[in-house]
Amino acid sequence: MALTLLRGMRTPISFRSNSGLLFTVLRPRLSRFTTRAESAQATEPKAAPKSIQLATKEAAEQKTQGFEAVIGIETHVQLSTVTKAFCSCPYNYGSQPNSTICPTCMGHPGALPVLNEKVVECAVKLGLALNCEISMISKFDRKQYFYPDLPKGYQISQFDIPIAKKGYVNLDLPVEFGGGHRKFGITRVHMEEDAGKLLHSESGSYSQVDLNRAGVPLLEIVSEPDMRTGIEAAEYGAELQRIVRYLGVSNGNMQEGSLRCDVNVSVRPVGQSEFGTKVEIKNMNSFSEINRAIDYEISRQIMLHKEGQADQIVQETRLWDESSQKTFTMRKKEGLADYRYFPEPDLPEVVLSTDYIDEISKSMPELPEAKRRRYENMGLSMQDVLFLANDDNVAHFFDSTLEHGADAKLACNWIMGDIAAYLKNEKLSINETKLTPLELSELIESIKNGTISGKIGKEILVELIAKGGTVKGVIEEKDLVQIADPAAIEAMVDKVIADNPKQLEQYRAGKTKLQGFFAGQVMKASKGKANPVLLNKILGEKLNAN
Amino acid sequence: MPPPLQAHRLLISHRRLPTPARRRFTAVSSVQSAPATTLAPGPATSSILSIRESLLSGERTAVDITSEYLSRLRRTEPSVRSFIHVADAAAEREAEELDRRIASGEKDAVGPLAGVLVGVKDNLCTANMPSTGGSRILDGYRPAYDATAVRRLREAGAIVVGKTNLDEFGMGSTTEGSAFQVTTNPWDDSRVPGGSSGGSASAVSARQCVVSLGSDTGGSVRQPASFCGVVGLKPTYGRVSRFGLMAYASSLDVVGCFGSSVFDTATILSVVAGHDKMDSTSSSQDVPDYASELVSLDSLESKPLNGVRIGIIQETLGEGVDTGVVSSIKGAASHLERLGSVVEEVSLPSFSLGLPAYYILASSEASSNLSRYDGIRYGRQVSADDLNEVYGESRANGLGHEVKMRILMGTYALSAGYYDAYYKRAQQVRTLVKESFKDALERYDILISPAAPSAAYKIGEKINDPLAMYAGDIMTVNVNLAGLPALVVPCGFVEGGAAGLPVGLQMIGSPFSEGNLLRVGHIFEQTLQNFSFVPPLLAEH
Repeated sequence: MALTLLRGMRTPISFRSNSGLLFTVLRPRLSRFTTRAESAQATEPKAAPKSIQLATKEAAEQKTQGFEAVIGIETHVQLSTVTKAFCSCPYNYGSQPNSTICPTCMGHPGALPVLNEKVVECAVKLGLALNCEISMISKFDRKQYFYPDLPKGYQISQFDIPIAKKGYVNLDLPVEFGGGHRKFGITRVHMEEDAGKLLHSESGSYSQVDLNRAGVPLLEIVSEPDMRTGIEAAEYGAELQRIVRYLGVSNGNMQEGSLRCDVNVSVRPVGQSEFGTKVEIKNMNSFSEINRAIDYEISRQIMLHKEGQADQIVQETRLWDESSQKTFTMRKKEGLADYRYFPEPDLPEVVLSTDYIDEISKSMPELPEAKRRRYENMGLSMQDVLFLANDDNVAHFFDSTLEHGADAKLACNWIMGDIAAYLKNEKLSINETKLTPLELSELIESIKNGTISGKIGKEILVELIAKGGTVKGVIEEKDLVQIADPAAIEAMVDKVIADNPKQLEQYRAGKTKLQGFFAGQVMKASKGKANPVLLNKILGEKLNAN
Repeated sequence: MPPPLQAHRLLISHRRLPTPARRRFTAVSSVQSAPATTLAPGPATSSILSIRESLLSGERTAVDITSEYLSRLRRTEPSVRSFIHVADAAAEREAEELDRRIASGEKDAVGPLAGVLVGVKDNLCTANMPSTGGSRILDGYRPAYDATAVRRLREAGAIVVGKTNLDEFGMGSTTEGSAFQVTTNPWDDSRVPGGSSGGSASAVSARQCVVSLGSDTGGSVRQPASFCGVVGLKPTYGRVSRFGLMAYASSLDVVGCFGSSVFDTATILSVVAGHDKMDSTSSSQDVPDYASELVSLDSLESKPLNGVRIGIIQETLGEGVDTGVVSSIKGAASHLERLGSVVEEVSLPSFSLGLPAYYILASSEASSNLSRYDGIRYGRQVSADDLNEVYGESRANGLGHEVKMRILMGTYALSAGYYDAYYKRAQQVRTLVKESFKDALERYDILISPAAPSAAYKIGEKINDPLAMYAGDIMTVNVNLAGLPALVVPCGFVEGGAAGLPVGLQMIGSPFSEGNLLRVGHIFEQTLQNFSFVPPLLAEH
């Protein structure tokens, strides 16, 4: 096998990556699906207060000066199955080129695809999570084009009968972007296989083909053209990422290309029902880049409209350039590509039973949207809700802290405050620390019942995160139990007052803010263990006593 | 009327066996226990069975048998040219190894196909031999794996003697479409052996090997079987794994078998058939031991086909069909009646629609299946300055005329704006064809027709007239569209060549009814009088 491959690679394939020709057929898209939907706006005010939504809408309108952007997104999610979609090769990101390949994923003569049933399971899970209709019978089709990273000369995909269709996704925009609830339509979800990768030589005189990624399963999710701003699009992508991570179907990693978003953007005067000419943007490696790329593209298109140069907006693919914060033309579309789809004769139809779907349905975890609504009902603020629900691990930690009896608001404060700060500093995720939900709930309880002060609590937390152990253990080991005996506090207060006659004189002369000084001294003497309420009460009485 | 044929039979595998020790037409499983029965010399005998017997009895060694076939191969190959690649040294080595294992008393040494030399059509992948599909673009390509059918043959003890010639990627009906050589018909070297499995058919006909594998997309096993006077079986779609078969039209392709007797054909079908996890379209239906269900001639009743209903397809005996062929088929029908069956004419109204539908569907799938031959990963690459030129030049140089024509037709049929008028419509016709077969097969157990409208024609005769060549597939393509099994058994001769040209009878059955087709075919073959289907090429020696 290796020999065959070397033969393929030995001859420098003489085409240049910079000739432009290389990209003529590069991973073309099912653009027709994004334009088919006529439903212009599907945003529904739901949970968010209307005033906020109106405010953001007005702000957006002012910014776009009478124009409205229409945005649709095609997302490719790489599934984290053990083996590829149609053969038993594994896939590990970053492994030696052409080390996980076989006759099937190399497109050798006579080799046939065999569907990995895990792919169907992942697709049904995602379809259900996106509130889609699941096709009880779907099929695979061949999408045909020539490119060196496509071994068979066709991609096995789904054309007219996707496994899932007509769904929607709910999300809440971040508070710092004005907040608001949104509902975006999902046109379809279909299964397909990934292509390999081309490695271009530095000189540009030849290219090499790495087929490790060829045949890796993907789900393509096509949205309705329901988004209007960069942040909406970015949040749509982020919500998909959360969903695939919650479901465990993909790691959703954008840097590794496990989640790729291609965005279609057009603008039109407010009130016009037909769409403007759409432009596809690629090469965005984070949601923040998606946000900025779209906003740049919208203003570019609006500018052309206002300058009477709307005809300069052409159907093309533009690349986002992070260094200049601009989009650039990659290639102009020369008419619609014809992929000559036809049913894949090597694979039988995918027939699902209701039992199968019910089984998967039962195994579904609580999804981000349900989580957010649940947290909201606990009385948490949207900022808290989003923080907790955005990360499956954090949400899980939070929920299990509550299960141990902790108060929601207090648990949330600890997680969003000290714990989040620690994680950020140490670049850890919450499940990588030694702190357990049980101990966090213990900690909260110890403060609540007065065993320790909040200040001591913070110290104990650091100890627990870094070294583990129990709240009780740390309290005992370091003798941190709060001093709540009035007699003991009174003795310490008396001693501090006696030791500082000068300050006492000043206090009694009217400089009452010195109470803080005395309190500090007592706290110091008690090694921080004195109950602060009791301390201040006794101290006040003593200072003012005459 | 068939020409007088007095060419004496050549009992190739039996030559050293005294007649009384010979047994035929019995199940493999009974070989060791059943007493020898005496049979008068007559119709086709099982070569596999006699090889097995002589190995088990120590009568002959595998080396003996192999060298007998190889010497005949060397003698006949210069005129027949069945093989693109002959693995004679490897075959001899394997035979020696088999003899060693038999001598050392290894229990499992004699597998069901031990010492049986098989020819394999060159569009089936073989791990240690070149596999070209008859195409320049795969010249020198050696696959990393054996096709499932080949692997199963080897596991049963068969020795692969070489790779047989074919029309490039199975596209053609004469084997003239090979990029490497033209194979001739062992009955007349000025004639084609048929195609596309022409090499596999001629190799069995000339007894260059015992049995062979072919592939049948639109008749590529049955038509050459008819032209070369051998038995050819196109199994039900999905009966044999396609894994390792270079795809031409995936929804029609089937791996098929050739033998000089129905018994041999049945034997290898039992070995190669069955579900394969590497081919999702392969069926998980149980595989019977087809050969053991065949009844020996001496235990046949006087009317062995009593109760069998046979329909003779009207549309296959009309205009455009050679009169000699028609009378052979009618003769065969009378013979089947004499054996006790009821033979009636049946009409399949959609029959004539099959041919155009077939060429649209097969070309469409081919245009996709052949995209992988791009010179990038394997096979011949032509260097060029830009990518499109690499593709264009590699394919222009590597692929032959007929293949390019079908890729163009298929690309056209699948193009936006034409899909509905061609591909989709052809699929609808396919459904009609299926239904009309299903209908007829509810009324009849077996449908019969010629396997081709004529006997073997001259080399070059249709090379510039593709439509005439395509028309020759009329008898067979419908069966592929419907996915049914069909068996071709030699049934007579028409005039031509030195000793006449063989004609094959096609018997079509319901899905997975191979057992019944083989049973009826076997009875037909065993009771057919006055014909010998050993080509004169062999009689000369």
